[in-house]
Amino acid sequence: MSIKIEHLNYIYSQGTAYEKQALTDINLELPNGQFTGIIGHTGSGKSTLIQHLNGLVKATSGAIYYNGENIYAEGYSMKELRSRVGLVFQYPEYQLFEVDVFTDVCFGPKNLGLPKDEVEARAYEALRQVGLKEKYYKKSPFELSGGQKRRAAIAGILAMQPEVLILDEPTAGLDPRGRDNILDQIALLHEERGITVVLVSHSMEDIAKYVERIIVMQKGHVRFDDEPRRVFEHYRELEQIGLAAPQVTYVMQELKKRGMQVDTGAMTIEEARASILACMGQVGI
Amino acid sequence: MIRDITIGQYYPADSVIHRLDPRTKLVGTLVFIFSLFLFRSFAAYAVATICLAGVIRASKVPFKFMVKGLKSILILLMITVVFNMFLTPGEPLFKIWKLTITQEGVLQAAFMAIRLTYLIIGSSVMTLTTTPNQLTDGMEKGLRPLNKLHVPVHEVAMMMSIALRFIPILLEETDKIMKAQMARGADFENGGLLQKAKSMVPLLVPLFISAFRRASDLAMAMEARGYHGGGGRTKMKPLKYQKRDHMAYLAMMLYLLAMYAAKRITGF
Ligand SMILES: Nc1ncnc2c1ncn2[C@@H]1O[C@H](COP(=O)(O)OP(=O)(O)OP(=O)(O)O)[C@@H](O)[C@H]1O
Ligand SMILES: [Mg+2]
Repeated sequence: MSIKIEHLNYIYSQGTAYEKQALTDINLELPNGQFTGIIGHTGSGKSTLIQHLNGLVKATSGAIYYNGENIYAEGYSMKELRSRVGLVFQYPEYQLFEVDVFTDVCFGPKNLGLPKDEVEARAYEALRQVGLKEKYYKKSPFELSGGQKRRAAIAGILAMQPEVLILDEPTAGLDPRGRDNILDQIALLHEERGITVVLVSHSMEDIAKYVERIIVMQKGHVRFDDEPRRVFEHYRELEQIGLAAPQVTYVMQELKKRGMQVDTGAMTIEEARASILACMGQVGI
Repeated sequence: MIRDITIGQYYPADSVIHRLDPRTKLVGTLVFIFSLFLFRSFAAYAVATICLAGVIRASKVPFKFMVKGLKSILILLMITVVFNMFLTPGEPLFKIWKLTITQEGVLQAAFMAIRLTYLIIGSSVMTLTTTPNQLTDGMEKGLRPLNKLHVPVHEVAMMMSIALRFIPILLEETDKIMKAQMARGADFENGGLLQKAKSMVPLLVPLFISAFRRASDLAMAMEARGYHGGGGRTKMKPLKYQKRDHMAYLAMMLYLLAMYAAKRITGF
């Protein structure tokens, strides 16, 4: 049970003057239940890659297997794939359209052909999961703030109860509080329901403490693919491609360079603190 | 998917034709089209073919882009040819069932086919080598004398260039919105007419909202930068005829002369 990508290539506007190779020879496997982060500079192909996973974009060459089945095989139901692999787009404005938030969230499950009460039950649950207050349910989605819109958009996908949840920059344009809030909710969902989550982001700092694995994209290639602490060891290379490791990494690396045996893989301030204290205890300061 | 539709299909390249003043290209295209209708002769069309081929060559745009436009008029072209062939009275050539093909009909059909084809290719040369903005600039300057008649030339040109600029943006947005709704299980392809019309709602609402938002943002941004219509406005890159444009006008004259001569001398 997983998503498997083999030798995937994608070229935009093939055969025109504006040809653009967006992805080159991508090979990945996303096992079930994993919380993965995809990171890359703007234009590195993150959005393009994830749109392949639910069949919205068809690869120029290569194959994708969902639970062992080739999604490009004849007769494979894309509609079913899309109900299992939920994708929340970068901009919530692109999907909100109904008269009120609640009806909008119902759109997804309704398309699955579920009975009305099931649809509504799912919509309520999804709205509760993203932490949107009840007073907004009957409001027009266009009257919401940026963060609330984003929550409504995520709820719209969650209501379909997908097995895999992919979020394209769910925190873009949010304040730090709103950002942490949404990411916490997603992490909670991942824990409670055990769904596979793929989180696309610009910023290491944001996702470092949530994900089990980081895929770094650069110009359409996969540059690094490992657990966060391993990826951050390459902080110099990350800088070269316009990204940065969390600030804690820099502090720890510098301390190590100056002779302290700290754990350079620490990712949160708490971990770093513990490691530094332990170290200091050892040398007896 | 939807991005493959190109309107104002500019092909970026670095060629003499690309560098020509848009007014020159506009006039050139008009001259070419008029010449096709003015000189109805195979010899003249041979001259037109050579000149057209020369211009296409000089434009560095691959030939397949030139003929792309033909696809859309293929049916029209066929209907024209068939009607002309069967319905032109004259010397009968042969008969199929009740329909007679006449010698005049075949000639007429051939002329029509050549004219239509060249007309499309000729205007493709212009749109492929001129950005929509250059084109409106060219029109604005070329039509400036109409200002005296109180035609708001600048305003119309500005509206046109904004509209043209928005087409690719809206297409791209349509594509994104369609994808976002398809991710929620929307189906834009199957179903009857009513079903299809209904399925457009989740696409059109976000599209209109975004178009209105963009329009009002743009209006605000233009006002913030002091835009108040054409009066007293200068251009960053004012259109100015270069030597190559004068050469091009000369070439157009020669072309017309050659067409005329070809028709007169051969008489065919
Ligand atoms: N519809 C399109 N047509 C042509 N080229 C495109 C299209 N969408 C994206 N591209 C190009 O493909 C490349 C990858 O784009 P993509 O949107 O996947 O990047 P991204 O990593 O998601 O960037 P961002 O962080 O800005 O969202 C970019 O160079 C972009 O210019
Ligand atoms: Mg993106």
